[in-house]
Amino acid sequence: MTAQDLGMPRTGTDGVPRLPEDAPAQKKKDFTSDQEVRWCPGCGDYVILAAVQGFLPELGLKRENIVFVSGIGCSSRFPYYLNTYGMHSIHGRAPAIATGLATSRPDLSVWVITGDGDALSIGGNHLIHALRRNVNLKILLFNNKIYGLTKGQYSPTSEVGSVTKSTPVGSVDTPFNPVSLALGAEASFVARTMDSDRKHLTATLRAAAEHRGSALVEIYQNCPIFNDGAFQLLKDRDEAQARIIHLVDGEPVRAGEDHVVVRDATGSLSVVAEADADPADIVVHDAGAADPTRAFALSRLDDPSQRHVPMGIFRDVSRPTYDDLVRAQVDGAIASGGGPAGDADLTSLLHGKDTWTVSA
Amino acid sequence: MEGVPCRTSHGPALDSLVTATMSSKPVRRVDRVVIRFAGDSGDGMQLTGDRFTSETAALGNDLSTLPNFPAEIRAPQGTLPGVSSFQLHFADHDVLTPGDAPDVLVAMNPAALKANLADLPRGAMIIVNTDEFTKRNVAKVGYDVSPLEDDTLASWHVHAVGLTSITVSALADFDLSRKDKERAKNMFALGLLLWLYTRPTDGTEHFLKRKFADQPEILEANLAALRAGFNYGETTEDFAVTYEVAPAPMAPGTYRNITGNTALVYGLVSASHRTGLPIVLGSYPITPASDILHLLSSLKRHGVTTLQAEDEIAGVGAALGAAFGGAIGVTTTSGPGLALKSETIGLGVALELPLVVIDVQRGGPSTGLPTKTEQSDLLQAMFGRNGESPVAVVAPRSPGDCFDTAMEAVRIATTHRTPVLLLSDGYLANGSEPWRIPEVADLPDLQVDFATETNGVNDAGEPVFHPFLRDPETLARPWAVPGTAGLEHRIGGLEKADVTGNISYDPDNHDTMVRLRAEKIARIADRIPPLEVDDPDGDAEVLVLGWGSTYGPIAAATRLVRNTGAKVARAHLRHLNPMPANTGEVLRSYRRVIVPEMNLGQLALLLRAKFLVDVRGYNTVRGLPFKSVELADAIRETIAEPHDPTHPDTEVSR
Ligand code: SF4
Repeated sequence: MTAQDLGMPRTGTDGVPRLPEDAPAQKKKDFTSDQEVRWCPGCGDYVILAAVQGFLPELGLKRENIVFVSGIGCSSRFPYYLNTYGMHSIHGRAPAIATGLATSRPDLSVWVITGDGDALSIGGNHLIHALRRNVNLKILLFNNKIYGLTKGQYSPTSEVGSVTKSTPVGSVDTPFNPVSLALGAEASFVARTMDSDRKHLTATLRAAAEHRGSALVEIYQNCPIFNDGAFQLLKDRDEAQARIIHLVDGEPVRAGEDHVVVRDATGSLSVVAEADADPADIVVHDAGAADPTRAFALSRLDDPSQRHVPMGIFRDVSRPTYDDLVRAQVDGAIASGGGPAGDADLTSLLHGKDTWTVSA
Repeated sequence: MEGVPCRTSHGPALDSLVTATMSSKPVRRVDRVVIRFAGDSGDGMQLTGDRFTSETAALGNDLSTLPNFPAEIRAPQGTLPGVSSFQLHFADHDVLTPGDAPDVLVAMNPAALKANLADLPRGAMIIVNTDEFTKRNVAKVGYDVSPLEDDTLASWHVHAVGLTSITVSALADFDLSRKDKERAKNMFALGLLLWLYTRPTDGTEHFLKRKFADQPEILEANLAALRAGFNYGETTEDFAVTYEVAPAPMAPGTYRNITGNTALVYGLVSASHRTGLPIVLGSYPITPASDILHLLSSLKRHGVTTLQAEDEIAGVGAALGAAFGGAIGVTTTSGPGLALKSETIGLGVALELPLVVIDVQRGGPSTGLPTKTEQSDLLQAMFGRNGESPVAVVAPRSPGDCFDTAMEAVRIATTHRTPVLLLSDGYLANGSEPWRIPEVADLPDLQVDFATETNGVNDAGEPVFHPFLRDPETLARPWAVPGTAGLEHRIGGLEKADVTGNISYDPDNHDTMVRLRAEKIARIADRIPPLEVDDPDGDAEVLVLGWGSTYGPIAAATRLVRNTGAKVARAHLRHLNPMPANTGEVLRSYRRVIVPEMNLGQLALLLRAKFLVDVRGYNTVRGLPFKSVELADAIRETIAEPHDPTHPDTEVSR
C-alpha cells in the first residue's frame, strides 16, 4: 500500500495554499524577521539560517501557512528569525507539539528545528515516535556534538572520550548515530548535510520539503565556542575529498576518486580501492529501496575518526503519513454520516440508547 | 419483619403494604434502598450493577452509583484483593450519594462476603451464593468454618441460594459447556433482584440481544438465566415479599443515566459544536481517565481528533500544538500524568493559548491507588509548575455536572486564553446518576473570535501585529492562528515583551508580565456566578464548604443535620481558581467553616492563606467517598461546641 493508492496527497506541501501564479516572487527578505540574530560570531547556525531563508521562497507557499516549531538549545532560537508563524517551545517536545499542529492543520507546512541534545537526549522519545508515525514534518536536526546553550557539556552525539565541562576525564558513553537511529525508528526520509555546503544543504531541504511524511535532516553544524572544528576534516577541501561519501541515487557509491563501497561476504559494507573491487560488489545507491537494511549499513560507514562520512539522502520512501490517515478517518466518519454532525446529531448523542421522560 | 431493605435514618420509614401488581406476593413500599453487588473480578458484577441501574433509572427513581474494583485486571480468583463491587442507591426522592452502607449485599463468593460484611448494618439482607462456599474457598479467605454454618451471620437476614447450581440446572437443555452455563449466574442474580424490587426486565433483555447478537446460544442462555432468577423469587418461599420504590419527583424533561467520564466527553463535544472549533485530544492511557479517550475516539463524526501519544508529555504537547492551530486542545490524565505534563502546561501559561487539561484524580502519591478516588491534586493543579504560572481550575460536583463543567472549562480557556485544569476524580468518573438531557439550543454560545487584522504600527508607521496586546477587559491576548496573512508572529517560553511579544529580559517588563498573567486569571472571576449558599433560615452559624465530588455526601450530611433540627449552611465551589468574588465575604459571615475534603486539607490551606479565615478540615483519604452519617456527626459536634475564637483545632474529630 502506498500513499498514492489511497488517493492521499503526494508531496510534502500538497494541501498548503500557494501564492497565486501572478504574485511577485518572494525573496529572502520576506522570510527575514525584524529580530536581531543573537548567535555567537562564526556559529554554523548563521549559514543554515541564511540557507533556509534563501530556500523558502522557492517553495512558492503562502508565508502565513508555514510554521517553524523548535525546542530548546542554541538552534531552537531559529523561529524568531523567520518571518513565518513560529513557536519556540520547551526542551525536546517540539516533535510532539508539531504533531498536534500538523495533524489538525493539513494546510500548514510544519518544520521542526532541533539539536543533538534536544532531539536525541531529552526529546528522544518524541523524535522516534514522530518518525515511526511518519507525520508530515520536516525535522532539521542541527548536530554540533555538544551542549552549546548550557555552555559546553557533552551531548548524545559526542564521541566516547570527549573531554567537556561535565566530563573532565572524558565521556564514557557510546554516542548515537542520528541517521542510524532514525532509520531504526522507521523514518521514511533520512538525510545528512553540512552547514558550510550551502548547495548541498539547499538541495537536501528541497528534497525534504518534497517528501510527504517525516523527513529527518541531520545538519552538521560547527559550534566555534565549545566544539570548534568538530567537522573540520570534512570542510577541508583536500581531506573532504577522500572522506565524504556522496550518496547519489542510482549511482555507484564512491569514496573519493579511487575508492568505492562494496558489499562483502558477510553482507556488510566496506570501502576499498576501486582497483581491488569486483564491479559486481560495488554498491549502487537506492534511496527508494523498501528495505532499510542497505541505508542502515551505509550509515554505519561513519566512524569517530571521520575517515568516511556518508552525506546525502540515505532513504526516501513513500508510505502513508499519520496525519493524512488520522484526517481520513475523521473525514470518512463525517462523509459516511452524511456530513458534519449538526444539532440533531448532538441531540441524539446526548440521548444515547436508554432515556426516560418525566412529564410536568 | 422480612429483612430491613429500607433506610430510615433521615425520617420515619414509609413502609406500607400495597397490593401486588407484578408479583403474587405482597409488595412493601420503601422510600430508598442501597444494594451492593459483590463478587470476583470475573463474576460480572459491574455489568450486573449497570443493568440494575438502567432498569431503576427507567422506573424514575433518583439514584447514584459507586463501582469499586481492584487495580488488577484479574486478581487471583476467590481472594479478598480480587473482589469487585457495585453499589447503587435509589429512592423515591433526590439521591445525593451512593449510600453509606448497603441494605442488601449480594455476595457471589466467600471473599465477597468477607470483604463487605463490615460495611453492612445489622439486620441488612444478604443474598449469598452457597455454591461457592466450599471448604477450599472458605479457607482461602481465612474462615475456619463456613460462615454459613456457624453464627457469624446471625445478625443479618441471610438468603442462602445456590446461584450457580440453580443457574446450571435452569440451563440443562442448552448445548453449552458447564463453564459457560456457570457464567450466566450473574444474570440469575440480576433477575432475582429485579423481581425483589419489582423492576422490569425488558431493558436488560434488549441489552443482551444487542450484546450477544452474534452468539445466539449464549444470548438464549443469558435470557433464560435472567428469567429463572426472576421466577425463582416469585416461586420460592424463601422470599415472602417484594419491595417497591416509587419514582422520585424530578424536574420535567428527558433523562438518561450518565457517568462522569461520559458527561465530560459530551461536554467537550457540545463545546466543540458551540464554538465551531474541533476538539483535538492528545492523551496517554491512564486509569481512571482512559474512558474519555475511548469515547472521544469514537466520535470522529463530530470532528473529534484523538491522538494516543507516546507519553503524557506528548499528549499535552499535541493538544497545545493543536491549540496554536486554532483547535480546542484537550489532554486527559490522572495525577501521575499531570505531574509529567507540568512543564508543557507552564508553556501554555507563557504562550497564553487555550488548553483544557482534565485530571481524573486518584489516590496518590506516586502510583498510589489507581482505581480509588481522592481529591489530592488540587495543590498540584494550582501550583505544580515552575515560576509564577497561574491557571484556571474548575471541578465538577457530580457525574452529570461533569457536562457543564467541561463546557465551562472550554469557555474559560477560549475566552481568557489560558490553560484550564478540570479536576474530576475516580468516583465521578465511574459513578453515575440520572441526568436531565439539555436541549442543544439552550447550551451556551461559546463563539470564539480569532484575530484577523493587524493591531498596531511599528516605528516606521507600518501596520504590524502585536501578539501580546491585550483585551482591556479580560487581559486576554489575541488568538491569531497560522494561515492568517499579515499576522505572522513567534511565541515561546522565553519571557515576552508586553504588547510586542518580542523576547525581553528587561526586569521591569518581567515584573509587568508576571502581574498581567496573574491579573488575567484573577479577572476570570468577573464572569463567573457568585458562590451560592444554601442556608434555609438564613441564620446558621456553621458553614460547610466543599468542592468537587464531595458535593453529594456533604449535601446528604447537612440534610441529616437539619432533619434533627440543627442549623447548618452549605456551599460548594465549582471554580477553585479564581474563586467567586464573594467567597471571602461568605466565609467571614459564619462563626465556623468546615471544609470536608478527601485529602489532608488542600482547599482549607488555600482558604486560610487567601482569606485569613480559620477554616476547619474534615478529612478522609480512604479511596472512597465520605460516609454522610459520620460527616453529619462531625457537623453536629461543631454546631454544639461553645463559641471560642481561640480554639486551636484545625481538624474536626472523626
Ligand atoms: S554556543 Fe555554539 S552553537 Fe551556540 S550559538 Fe554559540 S557558537 Fe552557536
